[in-house]
Amino acid sequence: MAATAEKVAYLQPGGPLRERIDQLIHRLGRGQGTAIPVLQEIQKEFGYIPPELLPRVAALTGLCGSELYSIATFYSQFRLHPIGENLIQVCHGTACHLAGAEEITAALRRELGIEEGDTSPDRKYTIEKVACLGCCSLAPVITINGETFGRLTPEKAVRLVRDRGAQNDENAQNRESERTKKGAQNKEDPQNKEGRLS
Amino acid sequence: MKPAVTVRKKIVRVGLASCGIAAGARPVYDFFRSELAKTPEKNFTLIRTGCIGMCFCEPLVEVEDEKGVYLYGEVNPEKARRILDEHLGAGRPCPDWVVYSDVITGREQDYLTRQHRILLKNSGKIDPEDIHSYLEASGYRGLKKVLASLTPEEVIATVEESGLRGRGGAGFPTYLKWRFTRQSPDTSKYVVCNADEGDPGAFMDRSILESDPHSVLEGMVIAGYAVGSNEGYIYIRAEYPLAVQRLRLAIAQMEEQNYLGENILGSGFSFHIHIREGAGAFVCGEETALLASIEGKRGMPRPRPPYPAQEGLWGKPTVINNVETLANVARIFGLGPEVYKNCGTEKSKGTKVFALAGKVRRSGLIEVPMGISIREIVFAIGGGIAGDKPFKAVQTGGPSGGCIPASLAETPVDYESLAKIGAIMGSGGLLVMDDETCMVDVARFFLNFTTEESCGKCTFCRNGTPLMLAALDRICQGQGRPGDPDRLEELGEAIKDGSLCGLGQTAPNPVLTTIRYFRDEYDAHIDGKRCPARVCKDLITYRIITEKCTGCGLCARICPVQAISGERRRPYHLDETVCIRCGLCLSSCRFGAIITVSEGQGVPAAGTVNTENIAGATNTADVIGAAGAAGNAGASGTANTTGAAGATGGNTRTTTTSGERE
Repeated sequence: MAATAEKVAYLQPGGPLRERIDQLIHRLGRGQGTAIPVLQEIQKEFGYIPPELLPRVAALTGLCGSELYSIATFYSQFRLHPIGENLIQVCHGTACHLAGAEEITAALRRELGIEEGDTSPDRKYTIEKVACLGCCSLAPVITINGETFGRLTPEKAVRLVRDRGAQNDENAQNRESERTKKGAQNKEDPQNKEGRLS
Repeated sequence: MKPAVTVRKKIVRVGLASCGIAAGARPVYDFFRSELAKTPEKNFTLIRTGCIGMCFCEPLVEVEDEKGVYLYGEVNPEKARRILDEHLGAGRPCPDWVVYSDVITGREQDYLTRQHRILLKNSGKIDPEDIHSYLEASGYRGLKKVLASLTPEEVIATVEESGLRGRGGAGFPTYLKWRFTRQSPDTSKYVVCNADEGDPGAFMDRSILESDPHSVLEGMVIAGYAVGSNEGYIYIRAEYPLAVQRLRLAIAQMEEQNYLGENILGSGFSFHIHIREGAGAFVCGEETALLASIEGKRGMPRPRPPYPAQEGLWGKPTVINNVETLANVARIFGLGPEVYKNCGTEKSKGTKVFALAGKVRRSGLIEVPMGISIREIVFAIGGGIAGDKPFKAVQTGGPSGGCIPASLAETPVDYESLAKIGAIMGSGGLLVMDDETCMVDVARFFLNFTTEESCGKCTFCRNGTPLMLAALDRICQGQGRPGDPDRLEELGEAIKDGSLCGLGQTAPNPVLTTIRYFRDEYDAHIDGKRCPARVCKDLITYRIITEKCTGCGLCARICPVQAISGERRRPYHLDETVCIRCGLCLSSCRFGAIITVSEGQGVPAAGTVNTENIAGATNTADVIGAAGAAGNAGASGTANTTGAAGATGGNTRTTTTSGERE
């Protein structure tokens, strides 16, 4: 529950997302035209669209909740569930299919124990199937956290996922220790946050 | 002592489009940049460019010296160091790594010399993030000419004269779209650039937008002037972040230089461009669905008429053109319509950009004159099939297109000729296939895609495509029934007739053309329970060739289900009843000792004991019954099979069918 309240607070006046969304609505006008850009902005923030935010977004954009939900579920870009720390996208474009994308998927499924579209129980990995990343000459291709890797074999893909996962853990740890160092400082400096948003 | 003629500085260009970056171009670029910063004399200029098009040998670095250009392929930081020392420093090129040059003959010279680059002339040459780089390459010359000396009607007449047809796939004459939109009495109109390149296997638009974004924007402004619109939208896939970023930058630079905004270049004409990122729906490539998506709705198509030229975005007259079409507009006015008109066939003018990929030796982005034969593209430009395997087919037009067999390779690439043989030009994806490509599997792949992407509005598309897919799934699993191809054809035709938009109307094409040209493969799957290309997992077995196996044991270590066993330095043994056909052993063996075979019905797999129990089972009911019965009866081999497949992650397709083939 606490988590829900925290996310909803993002959209309250003065909340970290509110200003960006107000700007979008100001630019595009209230109503249907803003729905997709606003949902994209929310997904950029959380990595997914927390369903509990939809009623609030509906009120802000002047759409009814069901309309907004129908849009959020129509487009494959929008996720209504949180993703893992590492997002792996396996390209299933034609060139990648011919070059063995299915084998890559199968190897990742065995490695991580999850199906395409799912997140591992420890929330570390999400595997997503994507239609085409447009890097057909490097097929088969996957992306890990936005970085593209090509000319893969199943073994290489598994190795990459392991390496990047470990690297990400390390980075997260570093960030954590950095944050604890800087924690006090940031709390005293609300200006800093506003500067980032504008 | 100053030389009479100032020595031109050498230029270094590094291709930094998405695929170059993915191949490792960034460290190469960074290397040159840091070296340039270190040298006080700055003896070369470094330019970040887009895609040169030779994706197969990325990362690419081009060095232009006083003699000409040298394009280096597969450059890594170590090679970059040598290029820096020898070519840029001592003036001695490194010929071994040159893939193309206008001074010497590069390794892959034909790839570029056989093309006809009008649209891609700037790609890989200019800095896509700098408007001045575009201006130096005669950019915005067309727009200046249009605004200074042509009336909108004259602009449309020039486009008519050039013969330009829409490059999104359908080939509708561009001038007609423009004229209809112009003739609409409404005062507010829109120009929309369709950059929702959803076809899997196509990356032309991404490459153009990443490499030469200004040419597309220039075409848009000209279109706006011609139809009488002051506002344009670019609808682009969110999966192309670099293209979006470069477009935003380009728009900002245009506004700064007054190529966009109010009173452009003092002409009194004003135009604004907005970017809308798509949210991942293939159907949004269809124009009415795209408009619905810009309006913020679910991207579902609507019946036409009214056409967008009459009632488009927010009910206003709208012209929708594809990325490549608009870039062509910029060239037509920049270089003159005759450059365009003199190239191509009678009905299909100009050039076409293709994303050449698949089992071809040289894949990448190519631009060829209309009318070139498929064979010439595959062999002269593409360098033939990778690994010298037999050429089987090409697929054009992605999920809407068709497969063209090698026997029709002389077909000229133009709108009419391709339509005649059941394929389409499409937006420009060109996939090459060899004898290891299963045509039934390809058809199933595309249908799986269209089934997922159907928006659900029309019954035939929504319910028909899953039915076709189910039949193809069965065929690939060895459970096809006689008469399946005929039923597929019948259903396919019905879906074409009963669907509102391009997605449904073309979704059956990959199936229909493969049945038309590769009927024997369907029959092999259905009657022989055989996959001639050895692709369909349920119809193949893996074998270890005893004579070739060195007993290194790598395959046994890598096998996720311990199906391979043996003693080191002696030939290993593969237990077919345990094997899940993941293919890891095949790709790991360094001695070519593992092969796949597809022997079909009734032939027991090697090295298995219990296979003959159920070898005779043919149809679905028999198979499931037989496998189940064998398992219940405690036949160890079969029990192992189902157990192993189940344990490996719940691929139900494998689990339910694993028994039937043995």
